[in-house]
Amino acid sequence: MDFIKELYAFLKARKKFWLLPIIIVMVLFGGLLILAQGSAIAPFIYTLF
Amino acid sequence: MKILGISALYHDAAAALVVDGQIVAAAQEERFTRKKHDASFPANAIRFCLEYAGVSRDELDHVAFYDKPFLKFERLLETYLAFAPRGFTSFRQALPLWLKEKLFQKSLIVKELETGVGDAVDWRGKLLFSEHHLSHAASAFYPSPFERAAVLTMDGVGEWTTTSLAAGNGQNLEVVREIHFPHSLGLLYSAFTYYTGFKVNSGEYKVMGLAPYGEPKYASLIREHLIDIKDDGSFRLNLDYFDYCTGLTMTNGRFDELFGAPRRSPESVLTQREMDLAASIQAVTEEVMLKLARSVARETGEKNLCLAGGVALNCVANGKILRDRAFENVWLQPAAGDAGGAVGAALAAYHLHGRRPRVVPAHGDAMKGGYLGPEYAQHDVESRLKAAGAVFEVLDDDALIDACASALKDGKAIGWHQGRMEFGPRALGGRSILGDPRSPAMQRTLNLKVKYRESFRPFAPSVLREDVSEWFDLDEDSPYMLLVADVQDRHRIPMNEEQQRLFGIDKLNVPRSKIPAVTHVDYSARIQTVHEHTNPRYYRLIKRFKALTGCPVVVNTSFNVRGEPIVCTPEDSFRCFMGSDIDVLAVGNCFLSKEAQNPALLTRYEEVFELD
Repeated sequence: MDFIKELYAFLKARKKFWLLPIIIVMVLFGGLLILAQGSAIAPFIYTLF
Repeated sequence: MKILGISALYHDAAAALVVDGQIVAAAQEERFTRKKHDASFPANAIRFCLEYAGVSRDELDHVAFYDKPFLKFERLLETYLAFAPRGFTSFRQALPLWLKEKLFQKSLIVKELETGVGDAVDWRGKLLFSEHHLSHAASAFYPSPFERAAVLTMDGVGEWTTTSLAAGNGQNLEVVREIHFPHSLGLLYSAFTYYTGFKVNSGEYKVMGLAPYGEPKYASLIREHLIDIKDDGSFRLNLDYFDYCTGLTMTNGRFDELFGAPRRSPESVLTQREMDLAASIQAVTEEVMLKLARSVARETGEKNLCLAGGVALNCVANGKILRDRAFENVWLQPAAGDAGGAVGAALAAYHLHGRRPRVVPAHGDAMKGGYLGPEYAQHDVESRLKAAGAVFEVLDDDALIDACASALKDGKAIGWHQGRMEFGPRALGGRSILGDPRSPAMQRTLNLKVKYRESFRPFAPSVLREDVSEWFDLDEDSPYMLLVADVQDRHRIPMNEEQQRLFGIDKLNVPRSKIPAVTHVDYSARIQTVHEHTNPRYYRLIKRFKALTGCPVVVNTSFNVRGEPIVCTPEDSFRCFMGSDIDVLAVGNCFLSKEAQNPALLTRYEEVFELD
């Protein structure tokens, strides 16, 4: 719940509510990816994210 | 007010403790876990900081984290959106990581603090988040010796920012201008690190060290196609040649085509081409940094400049900024990379969030010479070494200095473990391997037999502060080895015609000065000035070496082998000593020679660590 509140406060402060539908789609899609692959180790050359 | 600063989860994890505005302790997690560039939560480093200062977890007023995860997530989403559908592979890799861990970083940090430091504390209530580049700027300005200064930070990327200009005055620090991702000088340099076959985020030093062997033949190609540099030093990258926004690598096929070949495979033979590429990217980086510094000087009218961020570890460019004299004084944060963000986050929390006044140090800066890590009492050193099976003599201070100075004069490599460990990537005479710079063979011997690293890599000199201008073209303090200057003309050895015709790595074997082991092929040296008040024992050693030889300079390289984090404990030092060709080891007042040790404890350390 804290997370939702903080995310809301962040989007409000940054005036980025337009990101919200994208975040929701990504959460759903990401959930599927997690279920599909199991591991979250990303072999990035440079940890940009 | 007691504030714990943390940087973690991306590159170099570290912790720092600030008590009433003073930096009391700071250390990188890699030194404890023995895993180079360890990015995991720095529980060991935090425990060290609290124990060293005698501060209990309940006494902490705040815990300051060095960047803002939501802002970073915003960048991630907007970047993928901007490049969609091209970045799908990268997206597929990154998203689960974020949804599982990184998006919930606040909870993750609280959980780690509970398990690693202790529960029954309202960690969530104490937690603050500072922006990445504000942390860098705070780490550069607050410990500096200036009441007011312009602050320039440059690195790969923080949340959005890759380059920032801030104005510092007393306790206030305000970011006034920023360059945003994906346009990044740090990432451009890292792209060339990758392309020349080195590891990104650790091989940048190698590119810088390789540059003087080459000619900047590709610099105009870089300016024409890769980066658009404006007169004020701001820049834009041409993303057609890079892969980091959408893929898993730094450069792409078009980049290979532009430079006429694919990237060099790691650990394969270095050719003149890589040296020329290194020289070219170094020249372009210096151009951007100089232009930025000049425009910042013009715009702000400030006399002082503070630098931080990974790009500020480019000591060759720093030396050029200093000699350019756009600013009267330049101060560099010794832990300029992400580890230093822990110090910056804590100081920003103290001065900006806590609104506490800043007291500028009366002498020098507030980094205490960089000696902010653990130290070991003599009785503790003795019991630890005994337990490790070491054979040693305990000498008084004078005898120890004499024995070490004589060993240096005899051409021996010395492991020097004294006092508090350094914070930041450089060994500054706390955890160092030392040698005689007058020996023409010392660079190769140290590189190949002691450190097991590439023979082209240069070593740095430690020189008594009062003698620096006698030997080098520099008359400033450089206590953190972040400035490069040339060896004075009178100490150089001119090359004959045949030697002048040599190219690239062949130049390595030509002695360039009376101190060849620390003179790079272009006569430059990365200088550490040694000051009596910050490291009296190291100062005395060099002074004694000067009395024996007339030379106030020693070779100083970090106490580790390639791929190993710098040693922390007496046991780490003993292991590294027994696993490499270091001849003599001095830990506190304990003096160890290799011949006296039990041969059964000798190991081959060369293959223990993953190459960096």
